[in-house]
Amino acid sequence: MSTTDQPSQRPVVVGRDVGRSFDGRSIYSGIDLDIHADEFVALLGRSGTGKSTLLRALAGLDDGYDGSVLVPAARSVVFQEPRLLPWRRVRANVELGLPRGGRRRALATGALAEVGLTERAGAWPVTLSGGEAQRVALARALVREPQLLLLDEPFGALDALTRLKMHGLLRELCRRHRPAVLLVTHDVDEAIALADRVLVLDGGRFVVDRRVALDHPRDRSEPAFGALRAELLEQLGVQIGERAA
Amino acid sequence: MSALDTIGVGGELAGPLPRPAELPTAPPAGGPPAGHAAHEPTSVVVLEEAWPAAKRRTGRVLVPRSVRRMTGPLLLLALWFLVTATGLVSARTLANPIDVAKAFWELAETGELTRHLWVSLKRVVVGLALGVSSGVALAVLAGLFRLGDDIVDSAVQMLRTVPVLGLVPLFMVWFGIGEEPKIALITIGTLFPVYVNTYAGIRGVDAKLVEAATTFGVGRWGLIRQVILPGALPNFLVGLRFSLTASWLILIVAEQLNTREGLGYLVNEARVWFRTDIIVLTLVIYAVIGLALDGGVRLLERRLLAWRRGFAAR
Repeated sequence: MSTTDQPSQRPVVVGRDVGRSFDGRSIYSGIDLDIHADEFVALLGRSGTGKSTLLRALAGLDDGYDGSVLVPAARSVVFQEPRLLPWRRVRANVELGLPRGGRRRALATGALAEVGLTERAGAWPVTLSGGEAQRVALARALVREPQLLLLDEPFGALDALTRLKMHGLLRELCRRHRPAVLLVTHDVDEAIALADRVLVLDGGRFVVDRRVALDHPRDRSEPAFGALRAELLEQLGVQIGERAA
Repeated sequence: MSALDTIGVGGELAGPLPRPAELPTAPPAGGPPAGHAAHEPTSVVVLEEAWPAAKRRTGRVLVPRSVRRMTGPLLLLALWFLVTATGLVSARTLANPIDVAKAFWELAETGELTRHLWVSLKRVVVGLALGVSSGVALAVLAGLFRLGDDIVDSAVQMLRTVPVLGLVPLFMVWFGIGEEPKIALITIGTLFPVYVNTYAGIRGVDAKLVEAATTFGVGRWGLIRQVILPGALPNFLVGLRFSLTASWLILIVAEQLNTREGLGYLVNEARVWFRTDIIVLTLVIYAVIGLALDGGVRLLERRLLAWRRGFAAR
């Protein structure tokens, strides 16, 4: 896949003048956000800037935001913790909330195969490793063919090696299912490696809205990658000027 | 050999690394611990085996654990036999084990034991069924609905402070001396443990799981059935065990009240005739039933809570 693939202009998320405050303290306000079908958007920000709060508004989990947020009914969330029901086996967790019927089982089986966990369909969640559990959470999110996939720091709790593998898996799954994606993360490399577009939320507004014009698979040692990383880190308040030239 | 690389701290051991045989060994017992030598100017690092091979756990057990655990109770039984058979304690005070066994056969043969046992069991089962089901119903009401919480919880918490057995006189006035007061006492006594634990279980269900299920389109009834009740199950089972214990305790007291049937009646009759063998027999039966019920709940836990440990019980 190359960057010449232009995302279609069909909007999947339309946010207008979105704001949120807790007890009178404003987290962000006056935000406009458009995400198109097929678009993979990464949302960066320091902790406490409200990126997860914004994602929760899009997920329909927040009943206190200001302004207007239009989202499709078919949307799924993957949280930082897998949030699997411990008393249901893996496949039953993927089937959660799917309409009853003969197709349900086949759908879940297919989704587990996609994340490479066919073998663990009958396992209890407690026996899964962190990476496996998060893959089940991904399968559970994708099995309902979402038009909008919301990822709230989904790989934040994983070790570095597992995270890299998950990046590859996620890209592959998105290429196949083509949902619009909003990935909230604090990992700049992750954002650049995966996203078509990177947003940085700071001081209650977007300070960066940048298209990532790099070919896939993206090489982290490439100069362009490094330049974008440095630019984004600076926006996030990290100075890497002392770095050896 | 990375461990050996750390020798020669400070660069004093500049030559080739020593073989293990040349290594300085630990000072004899009573000397300063090896770790404390670090600040001394000499750079000799003393190495010792982290856990001497001879002292390591082998995992070999001479006598199986189950056999060892039987020793205590068997010793107790032997002691009982010893003090009663030798006449150290008279039969009027405590019957010896053989007499108790004889009393068992005697009562079992006439069918009397079965009759009384059956009556007692029925009281417990009916009382438990009523108490546990109403405890769960109230806990669900209070745990799930704000209005239910406001009305039910405060009331139950208040009533809970009344000692169940203190209700005996009142229940006798209300229900007379038939089966009803006995069953009512067991109902009340078993309701509270189930209520308190199930309520705590419902309230303790991880809100994040509820939230996740909501995003996947699980409705209110689905949340209760698929998330909240299974989440409260471990606590419910704890409550159930407390309730089982309570039910037998209350039964024993309730059966001392005017009654013509049941294990309690058997005990009372035995007391009148100084039949300590029957009294002890009844105690043994109470204990055995209590153990069996507890074992039953444990079995239930193993099946229902298999997900906690992850073994594939089907």
